[in-house]
Amino acid sequence: MRADMQVAPLLSVDKLRVEFDTGGGKVVGVEDVSFSIWAGETLCVVGESGSGKSVTALSVMRLVEFGGGRIAQGRLNFARPDGAAIDLAGTGPALMRQLRGNEIGMIFQEPMTSLNPVFTIERQLTDGLRIHKGLTAEAARAKALDLLKSVRIAEPERMLRRYPHELSGGMRQRVVIAMAMACEPRLLIADEPTTALDVTIQAEILALIDRLKRENNMAVLFITHDMAVVAQMADRVAVMYRGKIIETGPVAEIFENPREDYTKALLAAVPKLGEMRGRAAPERMRIIGDETARADAALAERSAAPKAKPKPLLEVKHLTTRFPVKGGVFRRTVAQVHAVEDVSFTLNVGETLALVGESGCGKSSCGRSILRLIEPQSGDIWIGGREIRALDRHELRRARRDMQMVFQDPFASLNPYRRLADQVAEPMQNFGLATGRELQDRVAELFDRVRLPRSFLRRFPHELSGGQRQRVAIARALAVNPKLIIADEAVSALDVSVQAQVLNLMMELQADLGLSYLFISHDIAVVERVSHMVGVMYLGRIVELGPRAAVLENPRHSYTQALISAVPVADPRQKRLRDDLTFKPIPSPVHPVGYRPSASLYDEVAPGHFVLQG
Amino acid sequence: MKRFLSAKSLFGLGLVVLFVLIAVIAPLAVPADYATKMVMTARLHPPSFDHLLGTDQLGRDLFYRVILGARTSIMIAAAAVVMSVVIGLPLGMIAGYYGGVADNVLMRLVDTLLSFPALLLALTISAVLGPNLHNTIIAIGVAFTPYLARIIRGEVLRVAQMPYVEAARAAGTTDLQMMVRHVLPNIMPPVIVQATISLAFAILAEAGLSFLGLGTQPPSASWGLMIQASRDYLDVAPWTALVPGAAVALMVLGLNMFGDVLRDVLDPRTK
Repeated sequence: MRADMQVAPLLSVDKLRVEFDTGGGKVVGVEDVSFSIWAGETLCVVGESGSGKSVTALSVMRLVEFGGGRIAQGRLNFARPDGAAIDLAGTGPALMRQLRGNEIGMIFQEPMTSLNPVFTIERQLTDGLRIHKGLTAEAARAKALDLLKSVRIAEPERMLRRYPHELSGGMRQRVVIAMAMACEPRLLIADEPTTALDVTIQAEILALIDRLKRENNMAVLFITHDMAVVAQMADRVAVMYRGKIIETGPVAEIFENPREDYTKALLAAVPKLGEMRGRAAPERMRIIGDETARADAALAERSAAPKAKPKPLLEVKHLTTRFPVKGGVFRRTVAQVHAVEDVSFTLNVGETLALVGESGCGKSSCGRSILRLIEPQSGDIWIGGREIRALDRHELRRARRDMQMVFQDPFASLNPYRRLADQVAEPMQNFGLATGRELQDRVAELFDRVRLPRSFLRRFPHELSGGQRQRVAIARALAVNPKLIIADEAVSALDVSVQAQVLNLMMELQADLGLSYLFISHDIAVVERVSHMVGVMYLGRIVELGPRAAVLENPRHSYTQALISAVPVADPRQKRLRDDLTFKPIPSPVHPVGYRPSASLYDEVAPGHFVLQG
Repeated sequence: MKRFLSAKSLFGLGLVVLFVLIAVIAPLAVPADYATKMVMTARLHPPSFDHLLGTDQLGRDLFYRVILGARTSIMIAAAAVVMSVVIGLPLGMIAGYYGGVADNVLMRLVDTLLSFPALLLALTISAVLGPNLHNTIIAIGVAFTPYLARIIRGEVLRVAQMPYVEAARAAGTTDLQMMVRHVLPNIMPPVIVQATISLAFAILAEAGLSFLGLGTQPPSASWGLMIQASRDYLDVAPWTALVPGAAVALMVLGLNMFGDVLRDVLDPRTK
């Protein structure tokens, strides 16, 4: 890339400052941001939420103004095809419209919302071509077909006639990319294009963007929060923090030799799939500048201490949950979603069993079924010698003292109208565990336990950050001294450094209180770090189950192998992007009423390591 | 707290307080016959020093009629809306929270009521029960209930699928506690907005009933009755409509602003 330095950059941003006018005065979105991109390279702008990376991308498109922002200062020099450079910051709206979509393409995060639901794919694709390139309807259609082929969509003719809702998320994102590529832009801005996608689809889309970049000698400005994606995609990296770029450099240099403390901390907090090879027990996440090697050693000691014979806490046998699909005039059940299909596993006291899988594989339904927040169809759920499915309403309510849940979205899992202390106290009040002074003390202790200051007791959820809210949710779950906590994507919505802190807290609590976790997650790198046992779910079934090391280091089921191969690794030396990955699409779990699926039968390939037959 | 002392909130609050004071104090301070005394020589007089806001077709002073009519209008409207909230809130919450049969039965009932125009429904109820103050309140209250119940049910459906409700259920919260602690506070904002809008419509509904002889009985004054009475004289004496009309408009404006402020005060996120 260095050789290119003599060539003028395609885009060079110089001391960009963007301000937002809010009711309370001016807020600076980004400040003193400078970077350049040359043709044929990918610059990844990486940072945690609120660091200003999207604002930067939107400023280049001058779309930031539509969100109430204003470019207060700085230059955005963009080289036109004729070699003349223009300053995008001062470009009039008419010329900007010509540039957008034509010379600068953009891909957004949500493939669901960036396509207009009332137009066919053909219309969405050809509109831009006819406006920017002045093509006739015929020519535009032919070009649209070419584009769909270039993003590797099978049967492009049929695709043209479809509407967005008929497409899967990955297919939609391919169409969005085809749209962005329609006018052969010289700069492609991709704002978290794979964040909403499953890991196998993410791998496909990343490979696709990388190939298009190479084939068209296009510059890519790639915005992401995910260090692993950066390692896979970037030629150069710009790290953003609080509205400023704090470090820029070639990808290998950033990963191997970061200069800034923030970059070092960010990299340390990212779990890398494969790094737990050869280690027996889960390990704390690395947090630089956090309390400690001491706690580290203590935790390692405790978890490595030879346990007495593992004692089962939760035994799930042949659990099956189906949801009715209603249809017709009389709202009869016309089909069933087989969300959880003949799932069995055992979770031992003081251990973590992770259920991993892609969206729709039934891992969340499985967790909810165990708590009977949704009613399973059949199967047994034994916890501490009690069969949960046999309990009546009142017994079930009491039984829930032993099992609590932590949800994914820390913004939605706390009631915005109640004070935090009241929310943490509620489970104890429900079961009459404490009152008055004792209750208050207990709540305060729980706040200490999850390392929240007691001054937060009287606050409301909106006053806290995502990570702090998740701590409150954990405190609430701990309030009734449960034996089992079901953590449903409990850290997925958090920034990576916050995620590391919350995971460490969970592991500490496990070591101190002997908790068992059913850890539901799509993030295999995190799972590798925290779990003792792993179950891989696919289409409602567990396809592979066993000790963490066995399943992740020696995967035997083809789906597990595909899943693990798709995980981006936060190490630029382990590039996994190959041309045109295509994973087998996941079939539908919807079956007609009366459909009788076969039972789940397993081969025991190694002691405790089970693989689904067939 | 500073946020709530904006010009808008003070204005809204001021208007509501002003009208409530008028409704409470005017009948104590002003002899009742000021509003009903007819002066045949002073019919349809425009505003003047003798009659600050002019007179109506029977020579009654509009200023006194407006301030003495305030109590009737506001009381009927407020009582009717309170009644529709009191009935609609549990109905909507039960339908939305429990779903299934309860939801089907209650919502079909609500749909049936909604298929009649609200005024026609109020008219029928009032005609059956007989025209007097209480029955007017009941008629308007019942007629407005289905709108409220519908909105509440929709909100409950939204709130009931929030993770904090599921989390509370997992923590052993009973249905009643769930509704009071978690559902109710979170559905209040749209309910408050709907209630303040309903107040405005209730004032007008009372006017409609009065016009048809089923609401406030002459010679008592209410704003609705005054608006209806002015209909025949719009061309020669527009003030007969403008005076009570302005009273309704100001009251509604005040209520809407007040409603917005109330919603913000109750929301911890805006503190």
